[in-house]
Amino acid sequence: MRIIEVFRFALRGLRANKLRSGLTTLGILIGVGAVILLIAVGQGSGEAVQARIDSLGSNLLLITHQSSAVGRAASTRGGTQSSTANLTPAIAQDLAGSDQDPDVSVVAPVASTSVTATFQGASTTISQVVGSYPAYLPISNDVVSQGASFTTDDVNHANKVVVIGQTVVTDLFGSINPIGQTIQMNNVPYTVVGVLASKGGGSTFNDPDDVAVAPLSTVQDSLTGFGSLSEIAVQATNANATNAAQAEVTNLLLAYLNETTGTEQFTVTNEASLLSTAQSTTQTFTVLLAAVAAISLLVGGIGVTNIMLVTVTERTREIGIRKALGAPKGAILGQFLIEAVFLSVIGGALGVVVGVAGSRFTIDGIKPVLVPSSIALAFGVSAVIGLVFGSLPANRAAKLHPIEALRHE
Amino acid sequence: MSTGNGAAAVRASAVHISGLKKIYGEGDAAVHALRGVDLDVPHGDYVAIMGASGSGKSTMMNIIGCLDVPSAGGYRLDGIDIGSLDEAQLSVVRNRKIGFVFQSFNLLPRTSAFENVELPLVYGGVRRLERRRRALAALELVGLSDRVDHLPNQLSGGQQQRVAVARALVNAPSLVLADEPTGNLDTHSSYEVMGLFDRLNAVGRTIVVITHEEDIAEHAKRFVRLVDGRIVEDHRLSPADGLPPKLGAAERDHTPRATPRTVAGG
Repeated sequence: MRIIEVFRFALRGLRANKLRSGLTTLGILIGVGAVILLIAVGQGSGEAVQARIDSLGSNLLLITHQSSAVGRAASTRGGTQSSTANLTPAIAQDLAGSDQDPDVSVVAPVASTSVTATFQGASTTISQVVGSYPAYLPISNDVVSQGASFTTDDVNHANKVVVIGQTVVTDLFGSINPIGQTIQMNNVPYTVVGVLASKGGGSTFNDPDDVAVAPLSTVQDSLTGFGSLSEIAVQATNANATNAAQAEVTNLLLAYLNETTGTEQFTVTNEASLLSTAQSTTQTFTVLLAAVAAISLLVGGIGVTNIMLVTVTERTREIGIRKALGAPKGAILGQFLIEAVFLSVIGGALGVVVGVAGSRFTIDGIKPVLVPSSIALAFGVSAVIGLVFGSLPANRAAKLHPIEALRHE
Repeated sequence: MSTGNGAAAVRASAVHISGLKKIYGEGDAAVHALRGVDLDVPHGDYVAIMGASGSGKSTMMNIIGCLDVPSAGGYRLDGIDIGSLDEAQLSVVRNRKIGFVFQSFNLLPRTSAFENVELPLVYGGVRRLERRRRALAALELVGLSDRVDHLPNQLSGGQQQRVAVARALVNAPSLVLADEPTGNLDTHSSYEVMGLFDRLNAVGRTIVVITHEEDIAEHAKRFVRLVDGRIVEDHRLSPADGLPPKLGAAERDHTPRATPRTVAGG
């Protein structure tokens, strides 16, 4: 009695009930496919967050109004409850000039808004138009890839010049060289002096390339007005000094607010640590997705048991005949165990195919990233499921008493 | 033919039963299916076991077929003490020593005649080519060479039972055990199948048929009547090493495709 014959019997049993075998396989297929795909989605969104962190600059602090930072993590408050105090370029200059913040290297006030930009009939919405100093570009990890940045002189004279991101270039210019061209931003003409290198990797968040950077004075003059700044960007001397810099800036702001009795609350936000939080959230999310997928795999496994129990009951007579003809217990056990393992392994293999194929598509803005170990794990688990969940019905079959089995109708 | 009879002289009996008892249940609810049965079936014998339902003949058949174990008493099959065997050894005995023919044919569904006949050889560990040769020979013996690849549902009842007989013979067992083999067959098919048994016995195959039909029992050389778990009659119609009583009649009605020589070879 060779194993290959037992295999043949098992395959014959599966073929006898193609629809049932197919549906059982489908259960495992969905489970394995879901595990692979959902882990890939989780991994993909995690990597998107990581890319965003990398593009931000890891040592960036943002000072904003308290009100605009409600619910944000990794922030500390400056000042006490009150009515109005604007974030002004003066505060930024104070921070830059103070000697009580040795961990701060660069300070740039930021006025930001979004505009509708047009160029020769092409039109797009730039979601982030930043008015700042030239120092803003290194702080935000922006690199001018073409042309040049605007200068301090441009800021002093409120020259209408702008540096634009790749998305804006694509939307407005197509293949035309944008340098030296004039675009209308909310009907104000700006001359493009530079193009930023693409940052990419921001599909889950705002597109980091959908940006335009212009001198602070120009933007305030023509777009935002001279009210409170949107934020003040502060760069710490290095990534390790961000917490120290955050504390120093907070203290300086408190001191400033006490002096000026203007008692608006500001918030100092460590953007990178905020995104780290987002990333750990993503990881939790991945674990949850994997758990749900694992449950569906388990349900698929129970489906295998269920179908095999039905099969054993249905084929009780066949088992009786085989035993009467001298089939040893092991042959019967093997036959049904192989059927169960075959169902789950085929389902697992197809699930891998579906999972891998599915992860080639972008799902809800997330590009899934396959985790090879998840493929091995899901496939291995499906094989083990066949063994574990198949052993109960197979054992039941092997233990059947031949007389009773033969009597079974 | 000489092989079967010659061997019977030196070999132990095909079936030797002494003081066999089988009790189902316990205490007051106990059912005594067999109450002490002694039976000796020499090789080459052709025995009909008769009895009404409830007489214990099915229990007897299960025990002789090694599908069940007796509560008391001894059973030797071809000299092997069956009582001392474990389950794995019993399955080997069933495979090598016994050929079953059931009332309801019990062919595997969706499995060709050839594969059904081949099945005992598969469990016996016979190699593929040898299996094929022996299974085809057995099918030829029962006159179904032209139905080798037919599925059971493509065969008539008589043909199915002949496939079952081929399957019972394919391992050259010491004993062919038939439980109401004609119970589901019409008269003509019954005649065919019993004629087949007659010819098998004529070449030395030991056959035990369990039946409740007198005219079926008349094919046997000997009949044993069971009542309430005891043998009440053990009557020999013709000697164990002779021809079965109806062989001549069966051969006149049916020209057998296979000669007795072929049977001995199988």
